[in-house]
Parts: sequence; C-alpha cells; structure tokens
Amino acid sequence: MNPYIRLLSKASFGKLVEICGQNGLQVCAPVQKDQQSGEQPSGNQCSGNQSSGNQSSGNQSSGNQSSVEFGQVHTADQICTDYVLTRLSAKEYVFPRSEKLFGYEKTKGNVTIRNFNFDAIPRRVIFGLRPCDAVGMIALGKIFNQEPKDAIFQARMERTTFISFSCTRADAACFCTSVGVHPGDTRGSDIQLTPIGNGDYLAEILTEKGQSIVDLDPALFETLPEGFKSTKEQFLVQLHPVFDGSKASQKINERFDTSLFEEQALACLGCGACAFVCPTCGCFDIQDESRGKNGVRFRTWDSCGLKQFTLHTSGHNPRDTQGKRWRQRLMHKFSYMPERLEVLGCVGCGRCTRACPVSMSISQSIKQIIED
Amino acid sequence: MQEMISIAQELLEQGKVGLVIGQARVAESAWKPVFARTAEQTGTLEHDPSGNLNLAVYLTKPDLKKYGNIALFADERSLRSLLRLAAENQVKDGQVYAIVALSDQSVKVLDSFAAIENFVQEYIKPIPESDQALIDRLDAMTPADRWEFWKKEFEKCTKCFACRQACPLCYCASCVVEQNQPQWVSVPASALGVMEWHMVRSMHLAGRCTACGQCAQACPVNIPLHLLPIRLGQEIEAVYGFRAGLKATEPSTLSTFKPDDQESFIG
Repeated sequence: MNPYIRLLSKASFGKLVEICGQNGLQVCAPVQKDQQSGEQPSGNQCSGNQSSGNQSSGNQSSGNQSSVEFGQVHTADQICTDYVLTRLSAKEYVFPRSEKLFGYEKTKGNVTIRNFNFDAIPRRVIFGLRPCDAVGMIALGKIFNQEPKDAIFQARMERTTFISFSCTRADAACFCTSVGVHPGDTRGSDIQLTPIGNGDYLAEILTEKGQSIVDLDPALFETLPEGFKSTKEQFLVQLHPVFDGSKASQKINERFDTSLFEEQALACLGCGACAFVCPTCGCFDIQDESRGKNGVRFRTWDSCGLKQFTLHTSGHNPRDTQGKRWRQRLMHKFSYMPERLEVLGCVGCGRCTRACPVSMSISQSIKQIIED
Repeated sequence: MQEMISIAQELLEQGKVGLVIGQARVAESAWKPVFARTAEQTGTLEHDPSGNLNLAVYLTKPDLKKYGNIALFADERSLRSLLRLAAENQVKDGQVYAIVALSDQSVKVLDSFAAIENFVQEYIKPIPESDQALIDRLDAMTPADRWEFWKKEFEKCTKCFACRQACPLCYCASCVVEQNQPQWVSVPASALGVMEWHMVRSMHLAGRCTACGQCAQACPVNIPLHLLPIRLGQEIEAVYGFRAGLKATEPSTLSTFKPDDQESFIG
C-alpha cells in the first residue's frame, strides 16, 4: 500500500490506546519500571536517559541507564514519552528472554509431546519503539527466517503491530546515522508517530497492519488541515554520523588478525548485558529441564560475550580470550550479517554502550577500526 | 592526579609492574578503565579519582594476569575488595601496588597488604545513606511485602550476569550456574531461574561482600541487588562481629568450621 500521512491529536492518541485494548489487542508501551526509591512520588514518573531522578541508590550512579522499559498499558497516561530509548529493546515481544518450545512426558515405551501453543501468543500493538528498534526487527527477522524458518518467531511477528515514535532527541550513545538508520526511519514500522510539539502527532500509516489499526476508528486520524505546512523532518533530531558505516565491513575484515580486538577488550568484563539489550542480537541457548518423567525444552537468550558460549564438551574453547569474543560480536554485526543476510547487525541505538558496566562504546570501537 | 600518574609511570619503567589500571570519565556519571602496559603507553594513561568503577575486578581476570604485577589506582572500595581477595588467596602480597590519594591530597603507594590494611582502617566508609534507607524500608516490610518487592525487581532481570562479572569477588573459573551435571540452578530468566540465581549469588557473597555496590551499578535494569549481600553481611557482623575486606588474613565466616561454633540455631 502507499503510505500516507494523517494528524493524530493528543486526545485521539489517548482514544487509540483504549480502542486497541477494547479490540482485544494487548497494548505495550514505554513505562517506568523501577520501584526502589522511597522518596520518589508514585505515579507516572517517567525519566529518560541521563536522568538522575530515578537513580535512588547511592551506588547506582552509572547514569547512562534509562529507567524506562516496555510494559503493558491500558491508558495513554501510563505511557512515558520523555525518554531517549527504553533500556531493553522491543525484541522481547518477538523473541522472549526465555521461551518454552515444547513439553514432553515419558511414559512406558512412549514419549508424549506437548507442542508449542501458538494460540497463546497475544495479538499486540507496541507503541513507542524507536525507528532504530523497528529497523532492528528487520535484522532480527533475517536471522530467524533463515531456513528452516522459525515458526514461533514468525507467529509473534505476524501478531505484532509496531507503532514507532520518531526521535526528537538523542543522547551521546546514539549513532544510528552512522549505520544507515535515521531518526525518522520508517522501515519496520507499521505506523510512525512524530510529535509536533503541542502534544499532537503526525501519523504515517505505512503498512496494511498499520491500516488495520486506523480502521479501528478512522475518525481519529484526521486529514491534515488546509495550509498545514510543517514537515516531519523539522521535528526530528539532527544526528551527525560518528563513522562511515559503509566502510565498516571491509575494514573489520582487514583487521581480523590484528591485536586491536584484544586491546579493545581489555576492559570487557565478559557479561551479556550488551547482547541482551541489543535489538538485533538473536542468539539463544536451548536447554531441557525435567522433573521425573516430565520436562520442557526452552530457549533462552545467549551472548557471544559469555565465555561458555563456545565452550566445547571436551573443554576446548575456540574463543578462549575475551578479545576473541569481542571480535566475534563486532564481526557478526559488521561483517558476517552483511555478507550472509544482506543486513547490518547494528542499528546504532547505542543500548550496548549505555548498558556496559565499564562504558565500552561500540561506535568508538568501530570508529577506531575504520580510522586508525 | 599528575603525581599519581607519574608514580605509575615510574613503576612501569622500573619494571616493578607490568600493568597499570586507572579509570577515565567518559560521561557525566560513566567511567571506563584505562590500561597501560609499557612505559610508552603511559602517555595515554589517565585517572579520575572520583571514578565509580571498582577496579579490583581486573586483578583476577585471566587475560590480564599474564602481565605480572599490577599498579592499581585505588580507593577504599577497591582496596577492601583486594584484601578480601588476599584472604581468599587470589592475590599475593607484593603483587599489587595500590596508588591512593590521601585526604590531604598527597599521594601514596601502598605496596604491601599491611599498608593497605592501615589505609582501609583509616578511610573505611559506611554504605551510602540512601542504601541504608532502602534496607531499613525493606526490613520494616512484612515478609509478604518484601517478597513482592523482590519479585517485582527480579522480573526485570535478564540474567546477563553483569552483576557477577563486575564483582571483584565473583572470580570462580566456573560459576555454579554454569554447571549442568547436576543442574544446580534453573537456566532461564524465568521467575524461578532468576530468583535462584540471586539467592545463590547473595549467599555465596554473604560475609565475603565488601559492600562496594559494583553489582548494582553494573546492572543494566537497575535492580538494587547489592542490598542482598550487604544485608546478609550486616547480619553476619551482628552475629560474628566480622566485616569482610579489612584484613588480608581474615577468615571466611560461612565456610569455616570450629568445634566451639554457636549451635543454638540448630533445632
């Protein structure tokens, strides 16, 4: 379908959230998730990135973390709009951190399988993911749609509608424009909303799925008033590229055998924070857990930064240093994915940088690889 | 500051250490570690004494151990961790040169556990007031409310293990959660798997945790999980009069047995 633009007033936005719920859609949006402060007033205190208001604990002073995360909402006033990015991406709605694939029961001479219940996947509409997150869904889709296609992932994608908010703000970790994404990028979004300052939104209806949301109450989406001169671009944040992403693949391939990765990874603590907050990291581990004759097989997020990721049964570990694990992370995103899946594995959201306990910056690392 | 760096340069040039670790500010409240291994590299050496990283975590990292003795830009937090590591035989006396700033702005090199112990005695800090306030608030709750609080916090956990990796005392080569024969701890980031992990972590650190708060600082989803081992440490201090990270030869409270130990709590 041909994308088109409408005006969604603040009041209509509120109604849209409620109407989605009334039509059996689970509505998810950025909400405040932290509860640790005793002094903090309760209610809808939305603090975005680099806010210190939510950092109640004296120790928790690594201030680049957002306190906003996706959660289920019923009304628009529960939705945070004052944030740069949610601290976790929206990938959890299509790739949960832990997901049962099937159950089994052993009986005498037989095994009964309880298959994945596709009917239990809710129909969802996700408000407030950023353009980078929506573009990330494309990369994630390419990973999960390699043959054989991942049926569970596909079913979740089919039942999810993405209504992104374009970016009017950015922070120091943002670098989407270095990797071919921009603050008003509409790829991966079904509808994109751009706040135009007075609480109203410019709504771009981009896909059939987006149209079906409009169809719930078309009157909410008004034709632009006569003489409406504003364009979306004037409301978007300007973000200058940190590096030239088109050179990344070639440069990182050339430097594979250098000590640069070991150097960059001296700081790396070897946790999985970067991968778990990343909108395009799709690696998972598969495990069985059983009690007696009953068990489940599930998958759970995994990270190439964890030393066990490539540990063989023999005890041999082909990625036996953190430098090799760090190189894998960068190579996968900037070389292997472009080569095999024709998509960059990084959308420049900067979440890994914000989440990193020791402030390792992926954009600065790639910049160094390209420019040094 | 410059004096601290000069001392580190000297230690490198004299060959007394093979690695210097400091930290530099990268954003308003974010720091990164800085490493120098040769006299030439000291030109890029930086250190910000107000940094919030507990650099002691790097003392046991396998990839860094190969550089030999370490000069550490240190503070009370990292040095308490270091003393605890010493008590657990993870660091040998003389392996670490701690470069510290004293309250009169002068700079000192602490090159022995004895010197570090003296420094820690003098500069020991209580846990931040906001942390104690939250502990008090949790203590005042009914067990049911407290359970709800932690349940809600742990819903945020993705099991990325940043808390473990950032902890100077989580140096085990193979963590219990990575063992699968038997599988002690449920793997997924489900309610059970998360709760089990945090219980194991807290109990393993009970009486060993030096209350640096690095685990919570590392947590990408702001779980105040440092309070669990800290609160257990307070319990241990009340019972045994022992606080971890003050002596290089201190005991391990919950893994040491003596015939005359209190037994009143058993049945």
